[in-house]
Amino acid sequence: MSQPLVGAPHDRVEGPEKVTGEARYTADVVIEGLVHAAVVPSGIANGRIVAVDDSEARAAPGVIEVMTHHNAPRVSAAKPADSDSLLFLLQNDRIEFDRQPIAVVIAQSLEEATYAAQLLHVRYEADHPETNFDAAPRYVPKEIFGEPATHQRGDPEKAFATAPVRIEQTYRTPTEHHNPMETHGTVAQWNGEHLTLHDSSQWAFGVQRRIAKVFGIDAEQVRVIVPYVGGAFGSKGQMWSHVALAAMAAKLVGRPVKLIVTRPQMFGWVGHRPQTEQRVALGAQRDGRLVCVTHDVLSETSVSDEFVEPCAVFSRDLYAVENYGMSHALPRLNISKPTYQRGPGESTGSFAMESAMDELAYEIDIDPLELRLRNYSERQPDSGKPYSSKQLRQCYARAAERFDWGRRVPQPRSMNEGRLLLGLGMATASRNTHRTAAKVRIRANSDGTVVVACGTIEQGCGSPTVYAQLASEILEIPFERVRFEFGDTNLPEAPLAAGSQTSGSVGSVVVKAATWLRDKIADLGGTIPPNGIVLDVADEPGENDESYATQAFGAQFAQVVVDPDTGEVRVVRFVGAFDGGRILNAKTANSQFVGGIVWGISMALFEKTRYDARTARIMNANLSDYLVPTNADIPNPEVIAIEADDPHINPAHVKGIGEVGITGAAAAVANAVYHATGVRVRDLPITPDKLLV
Amino acid sequence: MLSRRRFFFRAAISTLAAEVALHFRAAAQRLPTVRPNDAAAGTSAARAITINVNGVERTMRVEPRVTLLDALRDRLGLTGTKKGCDQGTCGACTVMVNGRRIDSCLTLAVMHTGDRIVTVEGIAQNGSLHPVQRAFITHDGFQCGFCTPGQIVSAVALLNEGKRLDRDTIRTEMSGNLCRCGCYPHIVDAVLEAAGTS
Ligand code: FES
Ligand code: FES
Repeated sequence: MSQPLVGAPHDRVEGPEKVTGEARYTADVVIEGLVHAAVVPSGIANGRIVAVDDSEARAAPGVIEVMTHHNAPRVSAAKPADSDSLLFLLQNDRIEFDRQPIAVVIAQSLEEATYAAQLLHVRYEADHPETNFDAAPRYVPKEIFGEPATHQRGDPEKAFATAPVRIEQTYRTPTEHHNPMETHGTVAQWNGEHLTLHDSSQWAFGVQRRIAKVFGIDAEQVRVIVPYVGGAFGSKGQMWSHVALAAMAAKLVGRPVKLIVTRPQMFGWVGHRPQTEQRVALGAQRDGRLVCVTHDVLSETSVSDEFVEPCAVFSRDLYAVENYGMSHALPRLNISKPTYQRGPGESTGSFAMESAMDELAYEIDIDPLELRLRNYSERQPDSGKPYSSKQLRQCYARAAERFDWGRRVPQPRSMNEGRLLLGLGMATASRNTHRTAAKVRIRANSDGTVVVACGTIEQGCGSPTVYAQLASEILEIPFERVRFEFGDTNLPEAPLAAGSQTSGSVGSVVVKAATWLRDKIADLGGTIPPNGIVLDVADEPGENDESYATQAFGAQFAQVVVDPDTGEVRVVRFVGAFDGGRILNAKTANSQFVGGIVWGISMALFEKTRYDARTARIMNANLSDYLVPTNADIPNPEVIAIEADDPHINPAHVKGIGEVGITGAAAAVANAVYHATGVRVRDLPITPDKLLV
Repeated sequence: MLSRRRFFFRAAISTLAAEVALHFRAAAQRLPTVRPNDAAAGTSAARAITINVNGVERTMRVEPRVTLLDALRDRLGLTGTKKGCDQGTCGACTVMVNGRRIDSCLTLAVMHTGDRIVTVEGIAQNGSLHPVQRAFITHDGFQCGFCTPGQIVSAVALLNEGKRLDRDTIRTEMSGNLCRCGCYPHIVDAVLEAAGTS
């Protein structure tokens, strides 16, 4: 093949299915004898159920069963591992957050189940819920994703005390719900002691292991099939309660059950990005060189479970600064357990850190971009490890040039577009990328086609396309001859499709398998025997993963206009340049970067889950009150992929790119809003009222 | 910016690739054929209605409370139309009723006797994709694909509305269809191209 396949902007192989409606998602699955389940969510956020009157619900037409804590099968809701979540499986009368599942109604039709769910009469004994982020009892977690939650290098306190320039500010980000367009859902079917689930998940194998623990059966007795996933962004990385509830309901009624989470229930038990409060202190020389950074983070967690939004990881691993301190602490509130959301920690942490950097630039009157360059780090500052590769300088330069950053007049409120205030802002993007063990099965058929099979999933990242590109390039066969199978625990095991790790992990084992197959075919004199060749191949992180720091980087530039009379902000231009290692497919990669930027703009201007401070109930649990951007809210972001070979990072030479695009984006918008208006908003989202001061 | 023209150039090759790929469907996508759920017709108050869906007269028994969306998905097995909210806020359920694009979750099936409904399954003709569908593939106007059926139907209806379309009017006119994957700019590219070719 003269033309490289990897990197080429191939159309997605599943495109025709997705544009014709033929692509199947979990809610589209139909099984003989299927019945429908509707979850009844709690109406209080703290307390207990005193009485349930289900007589009216049971009498409603079509109702087969009403499952409450009185008759639910006894199962294990406990966490098998720290990284799992406690489940709420109708095992007792306790309620600890709004919309906690308290019953499931199973009926012949969806309408019958939905209607009967409203006929359940529940009497509560309500306790006062903890809703006060500032006053709630807080504690220091043992660790954040296996690393210390509190950490220090040098002596940041002393350095701060003597620093010639000091910035010390507090930044806040709100609770945000993922709201993928496809809500969560499960179809559960028992065959004796064997369970088959169709589930909308980022990790079929995680669901398989967890559900086995719930029922006390072997993982081998469970098969999890994941059809196309209609977006996830982290919310489908954990197995949540409804998956087990669907399986429990199926057991109870002896029929396959379909349970689809409704949009208002998406604000219940399926995770969210926690609200944070971040205190950032920067000490610097007059020339802008940082002498110390401290980043102290509070992020909300639930009353009985733990999730830490690791905001300070962003500041820890970015700039060359000798003295650094970070801490994370968790107020416990009557909310459901928070979880990973696109760029966990680094998206929220970059808003705080990169806003503070902008404040420092104004304080000492140097260009914000120049300030970043003066603190550029050639090695990962904390670990001291060399980066496997780092093209951040090129990102800054190329994005600044495309954006024409040089036209910026530094003073706030000094640029206009007609009667509107014009503002330009920038920020750094950074996201740690990881790699974990993965397996594939590769098979060459005698007709020259090749099948690569792996139990990973497709949620819009382009897996079936990019892995076929990787394999076909190595095998030197046309792309169309390689097919990628996925979405089933009967296939070789793949890691959780999150944390920007899939392309590095699955990509690397695809490279290994395809290389093996190419050599094997060469050994056989270039022929494939009539019954084909097949091999299971496993790969895991090697030495390089220890000796190098692996991070994706980027530079984000935003241009906004602000109406001085109404405070309305519009992002009119956005340029992002990213160092994402080798790009597997220019077209799908562009979409992932743009998607990340859209999420960053959304975080800056729109998203916020609103709790009633008295009841801890969510007040905007739908897509008209919980704002996500529409087409008209989004400009046409210009994305530049800075490609450079990274032979150290992994055999596929790729960094994950699904998350770096959101990091820094909200800060770039906030900094542009400051430049336009002279108002520094440290509390997201930037709503008009905050600018009309 | 990466030249769009280069994408066009690739389009011819990749459309071919995509057609081949259709035959190579992943294991997970080989799901049981969708069949109308007879039990779901309900008994109380159910009545027979006839609507024209994608050019075919379809008769079914539904209760008055059944939305057009659920009738299409659960009764007729046309699961291409998606439910993103069931509240009229997302546009995933967009279908055309007598040529007008509407949210099918906000209307009852029994109100549509005699109406002509077009769903995403009725957009391609004789096995060949509509220019809007082709342009969505070429411009990567989707990632997860869940909002896509609604986007496609909305875009086809928009082209039929005969307005003058530029980037900004398309952004406004397509704002009834949310895309959480953030594919908006590419959706605009696709609609612009289809507007020029169809
Ligand atoms: S499902 Fe109809 S608008 Fe969302
Ligand atoms: S493509 Fe995923 S929601 Fe639009």
